[in-house]
Amino acid sequence: MMMRVPARARRSDSSVPVAARVIAVIAVLFFAIPLAGLLWRAPWSSAWSVLTSHDARQALRLSIETSLAATAIAIALGVPLAWVQARVAYPGRRVVRALTLMPMVLPPVVGGIALLLALGRRGLAGQYLDKVGVHLPFHVGGAVIAETFVAMPFLVLTVEAAFRGADRRYEDAARTLGASRWSVFRRVTLPAIRPALMAGALLCWARALGEFGATITFAGNAAGKTQTLPLFVYVTLETGNGDAAIILSLVLLAVALAVLVGLRDRWLSAI
Amino acid sequence: MTLEARIGVTIGAFTLRAELSVADGEMLAVLGPNGAGKTTLLRTLAGLVPVDEGRIVVDDRVVDDPSAGVFVAAERRAVGVVFQDYLLFGQLSALDNVAFGLRERGMKRAEARARARQLLADVGVSDKAGARPRELSGGQAQRVALARALATEPTLLLLDEPLAALDVQTRSETRRHLRETLAGFRGARVLVTHDPVDALTLADRLLIIEAGQVVQTGTPAEIVAQPRSEYVAELVGMNLYHGVTEADGAHVRVGNALLAAPEAPAGEVVAIVPPNAVVLHREPPSGSARNVWPGRVVALERHGTRVRVRVEGTLPIVAEVTPAAVDELELTAGTPVCAAVKATEIAVYAV
Repeated sequence: MMMRVPARARRSDSSVPVAARVIAVIAVLFFAIPLAGLLWRAPWSSAWSVLTSHDARQALRLSIETSLAATAIAIALGVPLAWVQARVAYPGRRVVRALTLMPMVLPPVVGGIALLLALGRRGLAGQYLDKVGVHLPFHVGGAVIAETFVAMPFLVLTVEAAFRGADRRYEDAARTLGASRWSVFRRVTLPAIRPALMAGALLCWARALGEFGATITFAGNAAGKTQTLPLFVYVTLETGNGDAAIILSLVLLAVALAVLVGLRDRWLSAI
Repeated sequence: MTLEARIGVTIGAFTLRAELSVADGEMLAVLGPNGAGKTTLLRTLAGLVPVDEGRIVVDDRVVDDPSAGVFVAAERRAVGVVFQDYLLFGQLSALDNVAFGLRERGMKRAEARARARQLLADVGVSDKAGARPRELSGGQAQRVALARALATEPTLLLLDEPLAALDVQTRSETRRHLRETLAGFRGARVLVTHDPVDALTLADRLLIIEAGQVVQTGTPAEIVAQPRSEYVAELVGMNLYHGVTEADGAHVRVGNALLAAPEAPAGEVVAIVPPNAVVLHREPPSGSARNVWPGRVVALERHGTRVRVRVEGTLPIVAEVTPAAVDELELTAGTPVCAAVKATEIAVYAV
């Protein structure tokens, strides 16, 4: 429960000293200057030709497809996981929470190596997948898996908090009206967590769209198969085509900004 | 008997033990302070919490009996519940809230909506069918919640603090409406409340619980007349009169006695006089008290530091006085006295 603060006190709190305000401005500049750098160097005149080039369009389409697939998998797996984590008390729940949130703090490249050792052709589980004809490394499926691995925790974290915060008495009310478990979930619980689910899915998608480290390590960098937009940006920069890299970076930046603006107020407060 | 329950349930450090039976058409009020176990009792009856020991039978059907391994969950019991705070589903209109239970029981959408529309009309809020719960006033939300609970034609109706969320004005109006609506309900009814006025005006019988234990049961008249503990005396040890408001709107007739009470609602009413507001005199007082009734002391009961003096006369009344006053007035059984009450101390409720 938050305390009610008078409007005037909220607008300006004189307890924050001038020094802290100055440092806060420096911190803002720290974020703002790199963005300004991108905008300043952006070769606007060649933007159109870069965006419509075959390779860029291919990378962009692949990125959108894989990130949407990753988000769909994250929802399908993450919502039940969040539900269990929020509602079922079992020994080892804290360990499971740490495990499932770990990709948020793990260097993505480490995640990629781990995926390779687990799901690669001779990996722990991959050797069996290989036998039934499922090949993930260096295939588009691998890019989806890498993105899911890194992005799903954002969804789980958000949705779990919503499950925890939902007033369960509404579920009781639905049950006394004859609603089955599934019906209670669909008609009462899901509407209650929907804002958080949207926020979580959006954050998850944005993270998946920008995924680089795990993807390049596990799925490789095959144009048209696993070369997503961030990988393509990196490659163009490496090959000396800085202009294209900047334009495509701006595309990713615009998406990230749009996600945050979209989340503002409406959904972010649910987290 | 429509409802018969023997309940033993432990939740954490709290244990509730209660036995109750409610006949068809009867209203039992479960009264007690916050944390006494009222809501837990209701949740066991609803099937939201299984009992650890005991047995619950609704309409000849055993719905909970751990010794026989029987537990019928809430969604399979024919129980209607009006929850505290009503718990209307925020994303559904009032109409769809009422239709919810019908839909869950397999009724077609159009049919369920038509039936829900009728139920909303029955409780007098048909004009709010399309409104979302947040657009409803407290009284309207209460009515929608009642319609929702009644929609599935339950054999047992449970009401958890149905009036607690309302302001004083809406409360008395909604109380009357609740009484009228429930008059047509044929099953057993259990009302949970911490408000003695709700319990005394709505219930046929009371069950008073404190710290998970039943401390007294009986009709309102029995309990009011003979509270068995200091706690009960304090809670419901009221003078309770059924009467009719006179045409002037300032007096209530109770048998041969007339109670002066400003702003009494019209029609049939219940007047409640707290015993500690009753002043006893040996001679008729000359002061401003407009309510003075002559009588005779019939009994004195000591409750802690107070003495409850029972007076018979034109208006039977209980006064609560200090032992010092008993000595000073030389009160014993048979002493003639005058009981006086200020009009402003009398609370009058429409029934």
